[in-house]
Amino acid sequence: MTVAAAARRRLSPEHETRRFWHLTWTLAVTDFKLKFYGSVLGFAWTLVRPFAIFGVIWLVFAKVMGTGHNVKNYPAYVLMSLVLFQYTTGIVGMSLSCLVDRQNLLRKIRFPRLVIPLSVTLQCMFDLGLTMIAVFIFMAISGVYPAWSWFELVPLIAILTLFGTGLGLLLSVLFVRFRDMRPIWDVLSQMLFYASAVLYVATSVPENLQRPFLANPIAAVLTQMRHAVVDPTARTAAETIGGEARLLIPAGIVVVVALVGSWAFMREAPKVAENL
Amino acid sequence: MKSPLLALTSLPTALHTPGLEPSVTTAATSPAISVSGLNKTFRLPHRRYSTLKERVLHPFSARSFDELRAVNEMSFEIAHGEFFGIVGRNGSGKSTLLKCLAGIYRSDSGSIAVEGRLSPFIELGVGFNSELTARDNVILNAIMLGLSRKEARMRFDKIIEFAELEEFVDLPLKNYSSGMTVRLAFAVTVEVEADILLIDEVLAVGDAAFQQKCYEQFEQLRREGRTMVLVTHDMVAVERFCDRAMLVERGTITATGGPHEIALAYNELNFGRLVEGAVASDGRYGDQGAAEIKDAWFEDDHGERIKELPQGEACSMCMEVLFHESMAEPIFAFHLRNEPRHTVFATQSDWRMEHVGDFRRGERTIVRVRFDSWLAPNRYTVSPSVARAGGGADLVDLREDLADLVVHATRVTGGIIEVPHTYTLERS
Repeated sequence: MTVAAAARRRLSPEHETRRFWHLTWTLAVTDFKLKFYGSVLGFAWTLVRPFAIFGVIWLVFAKVMGTGHNVKNYPAYVLMSLVLFQYTTGIVGMSLSCLVDRQNLLRKIRFPRLVIPLSVTLQCMFDLGLTMIAVFIFMAISGVYPAWSWFELVPLIAILTLFGTGLGLLLSVLFVRFRDMRPIWDVLSQMLFYASAVLYVATSVPENLQRPFLANPIAAVLTQMRHAVVDPTARTAAETIGGEARLLIPAGIVVVVALVGSWAFMREAPKVAENL
Repeated sequence: MKSPLLALTSLPTALHTPGLEPSVTTAATSPAISVSGLNKTFRLPHRRYSTLKERVLHPFSARSFDELRAVNEMSFEIAHGEFFGIVGRNGSGKSTLLKCLAGIYRSDSGSIAVEGRLSPFIELGVGFNSELTARDNVILNAIMLGLSRKEARMRFDKIIEFAELEEFVDLPLKNYSSGMTVRLAFAVTVEVEADILLIDEVLAVGDAAFQQKCYEQFEQLRREGRTMVLVTHDMVAVERFCDRAMLVERGTITATGGPHEIALAYNELNFGRLVEGAVASDGRYGDQGAAEIKDAWFEDDHGERIKELPQGEACSMCMEVLFHESMAEPIFAFHLRNEPRHTVFATQSDWRMEHVGDFRRGERTIVRVRFDSWLAPNRYTVSPSVARAGGGADLVDLREDLADLVVHATRVTGGIIEVPHTYTLERS
């Protein structure tokens, strides 16, 4: 006889769902607010990081080394891809330790454990939303003007969100058992940074390597972003990888990561309070 | 919003498992919480691995585990509207049990059936953030406990009013005193619409006035018919609020019964005197192996057994003991309690007599304690006990409330005792 958990009368299902979203939203908003609590510049600090790194990259690569001469709107591409890359790895990095960071709640209250990583994702989305405003302003200044194709950003960001959240879910439960996931992820995210065509464009990769290169979902998304946002004359992700069917490879990776992450999380979630 | 009927349909069939402890709850209504055969084991590795390297270097040694049975085959029921205390020493498994009830831990086997809305938290003020203001914290906490944002805002004023923190609403919590924080937490908690509250150590903090307020709030919750499960070390709280209590030791239920009985058992356990497993449900403790208390009564100075006594007259409390084995220097003790269960007077033979002597097998003896009655009008009971002498005095027999006595007077003063006194006036 196993636990008759179903008999535990809690709230009605719609009430439970409502609580789930209220809780996710509230945790995300609270953390978002807290991040800037007591700092003078407040949200401006969120912008400092991508723009400072962008400044360095632009100076070193574009000015000193002369990379990106043949890439149209190179600064706009670097800034946009940097923001999107940091968004994705930001979700993973924060999700990684989110269960451990919130152990006080996990040990004392019953609530759907999924609330915690999802509130992390939501918080990163708030960050991204505000950063994007600054990015758009920068792009307008540097001569890249809005177009209808910019709406492609919505599905592209959705893909990155799914990928980051899936990876975050997986790493968060692993981190509960193995604390060395942190340095592992630090190294991995560095490698991913150089493998994801943030500093350069995918089309500058040797022709024969472009296809395996775009198997990396982030690289594929950034390549498509270049076409949609920065330079309509640039090749799309499908053209670069060699056919739309081949896009199933990065797409498949995203789906598999999301499924594995969800499966691992759902499996570990009921036990997480006692394993912390 | 509450729909107990719906809940009834989802009750498991395990509810009426044979072997379930009979409880004082009426059989006619189904219990609020019904636990049957609950088990929870923690696997504690001999070495705790938290890095991959350690696991790689010692791949096999991690297989040895110590199994800690935190909850071992527990079965009990808690009735609707009942205030139920769970007491036990540190590490006895009571908090684990509460976490299983709350759904924070998953139990290994057994069933828990709950009827009514169960509060999701087991501690006050969980999730309070010291950087946030009281306002933000109240909203955050209320949402965490199941209210919607709108409901939380609607009840905000009521919560702050109850906590009496109107002036400090926009002060960050880090500037609050611990008492103020608890006040706030308690205020949020009582606003949460739960039929069943689970609380782990609530009354440890707060000033006297606030504790009084919590007590009143408890009474209010009781009147509303809410069910409360309280895990505590505070026997005063158990005796004051609980309708029933349960003593837990090493993951098993040692005793279930009235709050006073359990509080006493807990104290005995804490002082290491209770013989394991020898608690009977009728308020009798000890193994009664070496000796047995056959009877107890009150008598007046003429040696007549009495049930009532005019205030101010002397009387004796007596017990009759039958020895089953020879005993050297046993200790006889009496506890006299009044109606509100306060111990008015306690005495034991080794405090007053150097030697009571040795007793043979089969011997009967009557122990008599005469005292000038300073007792105020009330109903009193005496609990006689016999224990073995020596360092860790072993309880042989203790019978709770074996005899009673009503002290009456024409004037009720409201005092607990009537101390002999005289007036003098000095007039200049």
